[in-house]
Amino acid sequence: MMSAVAALLAKELTLELRTRESVPSMVLFSIATYVVFHFGLDRDRVTGDLASGVLWVTLLFSAILGVNRLFVAEYEQGGFDGFLLAPVDRTALLVAKALTLFAFLGIVELVAVPAFALLLLGPPLTQALPQLVLVLALANAGIAVIGTLVAGLAIQTRARDLIVPLIALPLLVPVLLAAARCATPLLSDGGAGALPGNWLAILAIYDLLFALIAYAVFDFLLED
Amino acid sequence: MPDPAPALVLRGAGRRYGERAALRDVTLELEAGRTLVVFGPNGAGKTTLLRMLATLLRPHAGEVRVLGRPLPGDGYAVRGRIGFLGHEALLYRELSGRENLRFHAKLHRVAAGRVDEVLDAVGMTARCGDPVAELSRGMVQRLAIARAVLHEPELLLLDEPLANLDPAAAAQVAPLIGVGGAGPSDRRTRVVTSHDPAGGLQGADVALGLKGGRVALLAAATDVEPAQIAELYR
Repeated sequence: MMSAVAALLAKELTLELRTRESVPSMVLFSIATYVVFHFGLDRDRVTGDLASGVLWVTLLFSAILGVNRLFVAEYEQGGFDGFLLAPVDRTALLVAKALTLFAFLGIVELVAVPAFALLLLGPPLTQALPQLVLVLALANAGIAVIGTLVAGLAIQTRARDLIVPLIALPLLVPVLLAAARCATPLLSDGGAGALPGNWLAILAIYDLLFALIAYAVFDFLLED
Repeated sequence: MPDPAPALVLRGAGRRYGERAALRDVTLELEAGRTLVVFGPNGAGKTTLLRMLATLLRPHAGEVRVLGRPLPGDGYAVRGRIGFLGHEALLYRELSGRENLRFHAKLHRVAAGRVDEVLDAVGMTARCGDPVAELSRGMVQRLAIARAVLHEPELLLLDEPLANLDPAAAAQVAPLIGVGGAGPSDRRTRVVTSHDPAGGLQGADVALGLKGGRVALLAAATDVEPAQIAELYR
């Protein structure tokens, strides 16, 4: 299965490099949202729980853009049929798509997190960065798995753009909550606080739970 | 000699889209190595039949066995043994022809050298580096044929394979898929849809006529007159 995952992942990244449909729009959306928060909150700098909330709401909404586009090439260009005709485990598509979304989110955050630090965040980010990267990775994993599952479900429907946020956002509330709670001490005045272990564990368990659910049901989403 | 065991067995096979029956009560057997040509007007169920045999659609009624395995249960066991050419090329527009074929080669665990072989066979070596979006429909069809035969499948399911091809291109790809004037040159089993009575019957062993999703004609190709096929379209 790993060779199929590698082939699918390479194809996804090549397509994104050629079309630039997802990542640039996610990055631009993130920066635009910071500007909106800047004027909406009427503040030059945010810290603590407010900073954490602004960061995660922004990243979550930008992720929805990526989720919406995740299966479009498969649906519009026959990629589903091409994949389904191959003698490979269907889980390979789930894994490859989740890894693709995970990679897209990581790339977006390479720009969006420094932009947040520059445009809105009060305290410097340098000290908290290693811990924040851990929180980002765990949250991205959850978003990637849930996003792939929802995108696979919604792609067959006519109102795809509407259905993705309607289903994905409620499912992602626990990820948002745990990630925001984890990041709050990291973005507080007076230097980075300790990571709350319980919220980090909740985030990891939620990731694992949805990875198992996605593994169990993804096959059925590909049935005609 | 071809394997005498039937490659395809359908008994009362049917398929619906919602309330509408696209295929009803289709019963036939096709021995391995034989060619079945399917005629019928638009909406007769030809594409549905091919997609069902390709494991892309689940049969809703009856029994369907492909290469000895029951569908949909054993679909996983026959997918890699089927070559499917439908109305869609199943190629990514932003990738080149070669990139698309290499991608499919990896999924089918086919050696990369085979990609160059099939590109040459369909006459697309010179343009194989161009994005599919920049190719003509005929060129895309040639690449789609290359994709369908890339893994040397035992069963070829071809939906109007020579559509969009000029006479020279059709003559070039015909030996590869065993249709048209060339006729089969290998032991593959084929199911080919066609709207051309004379051309379709050439090289075929069995002719199937569908009308309104039902079998209207099923006979040895040599026993079928073009006039009987023309009747399906009235």
